[in-house]
Amino acid sequence: MIVTRGLSRSFGRVEAVRGLDVEIGAGEIVGFLGPNGAGKTTTLRMLATLLRPTDGTATVAGHDLLADPRGVRRAIGYVRQGGSADPTRPVREELELQASLYGLRPPREHVARVCEAFGLTGLADRPPAALSGGQRRRLDLALGLIHRPRVLFLDEPTTGLDPRTRAALWDHVRRLREEGTTVLVSTHYLEEAEALYDRVLIIDGGAIVADGPPSALKSRAGGTLGDAYLALTADA
Amino acid sequence: MFIRDSAAVFHHAVRATFRTKAGVLIGAVQPLLYLALLGPLLARAVPGGGGWEVVVPGILLQLVLMSAGLAGFGVVFDRQTGVLERLRVTPASRAALLTGRVLRDALVLVAQSALILALGFALGLRAPVAGVLAGLAFVLVPALGLAALSYAVALRLPPEVFPPVMTTAIVPLMLLSGVFLPMSMAPGWLDAVSRAMPLRYVVDAMRDLFAGHYATGSVGIGLAVSVVFLAVALAAGTRAFQRESA
Ligand SMILES: Nc1ncnc2c1ncn2[C@@H]1O[C@H](COP(=O)(O)OP(=O)(O)O)[C@@H](O)[C@H]1O
Ligand SMILES: [Mg+2]
Repeated sequence: MIVTRGLSRSFGRVEAVRGLDVEIGAGEIVGFLGPNGAGKTTTLRMLATLLRPTDGTATVAGHDLLADPRGVRRAIGYVRQGGSADPTRPVREELELQASLYGLRPPREHVARVCEAFGLTGLADRPPAALSGGQRRRLDLALGLIHRPRVLFLDEPTTGLDPRTRAALWDHVRRLREEGTTVLVSTHYLEEAEALYDRVLIIDGGAIVADGPPSALKSRAGGTLGDAYLALTADA
Repeated sequence: MFIRDSAAVFHHAVRATFRTKAGVLIGAVQPLLYLALLGPLLARAVPGGGGWEVVVPGILLQLVLMSAGLAGFGVVFDRQTGVLERLRVTPASRAALLTGRVLRDALVLVAQSALILALGFALGLRAPVAGVLAGLAFVLVPALGLAALSYAVALRLPPEVFPPVMTTAIVPLMLLSGVFLPMSMAPGWLDAVSRAMPLRYVVDAMRDLFAGHYATGSVGIGLAVSVVFLAVALAAGTRAFQRESA
């Protein structure tokens, strides 16, 4: 579903992502781990067509990133680190715009559907500024999933959430697994990787340093996933 | 695709514009202030009568420069809140993301211009309807261009840099275009500098149209400048929305 070949991005002299070669199959739920500044967001933004690679290429859902960005965009959902809703506009209006831009007809019905799925029904007339952190995160998910994408990119969806809200978000990801959605999720939380993901990619300094099921990484490190993580990533 | 997406972005932007009564009221009254409080002075300063026909086109252009020129503020906000990235991930046409916004700006400008004209007529403007309508078209074309350009600049400059740069740039642009009094009244050096301002030719053309002179050299030059300005600005704006994306 996602294939990258030497995918790279530099910002001036900073090589944020260096020659990524990754293959992710349909329906895999993959955790993307790594310290701050490792290149997770840069990778996800390239795969979401927001950032042009300085080298290499990738296909997402069968569409080439550079040759067919619109094909990629139709197939993916992207939930940005830090949210993506206008804090001043009612939830309903933001979702209606999103539905319209994905060509969903009639927008209202699709908005009602995602509001139901993400527990936003009673909140649709509020602006995000009047929502709690967890409610805002659910809105971000609803915005990214309204068109039922086959591939979903989540950038640190659980950072800063309290444990209960985080667990609720995990449930949403588990539901996506049942629907066969391919999901690439960046996170700092190791316990999340153990609980949720089929496979983890660990990135450090812009390069993949480990790739496999959580159990395999643990046994290789002869300890917990935390031991594996600390052994593989450099001291920051 | 393009039309559907532009319509969706337009609808979304219009809803925000008309959300609060206070916002609508401010948008309606603010452009009238110059006409009501400065217009009577300027109209008297114009030699040989016909003052309002000179002043009203200038005030219209001043409104355009302010509203359209500062339109990019909306994009600065959308960049900071992540809205812009969210829209860029959708399959929506890049040109539509720009066009929908610019059409909203056009709607607001038409409404505000109508108010200015109504007050102008009440104060003593006596211009032929055909000239006024033609003049309005002349001011809207570069307005759309200016709004697009403002968005392009807002997309390229760091968000914290845009507000001071744009508000500072707009004032000389406005004064040098001769929005208050015709630049033909200015000393030679000022007149010469103002010839580098595209919108000077637009306001000169509008003043001819408001005076009922349609087939003049100024009108021809003004039309050409308006159209070229719009084309260049839209191209720059769309490029800016496409920038960086794969
Ligand atoms: N727009 C940008 N301009 C310059 N440098 C950037 C930009 N985005 C990211 N970087 C740099 O690229 C590296 C990777 O950043 P990022 O992908 O955000 O890491 P992560 O998401 O893993 O924390 C960092 O060194 C960061 O400073
Ligand atoms: Mg990040």
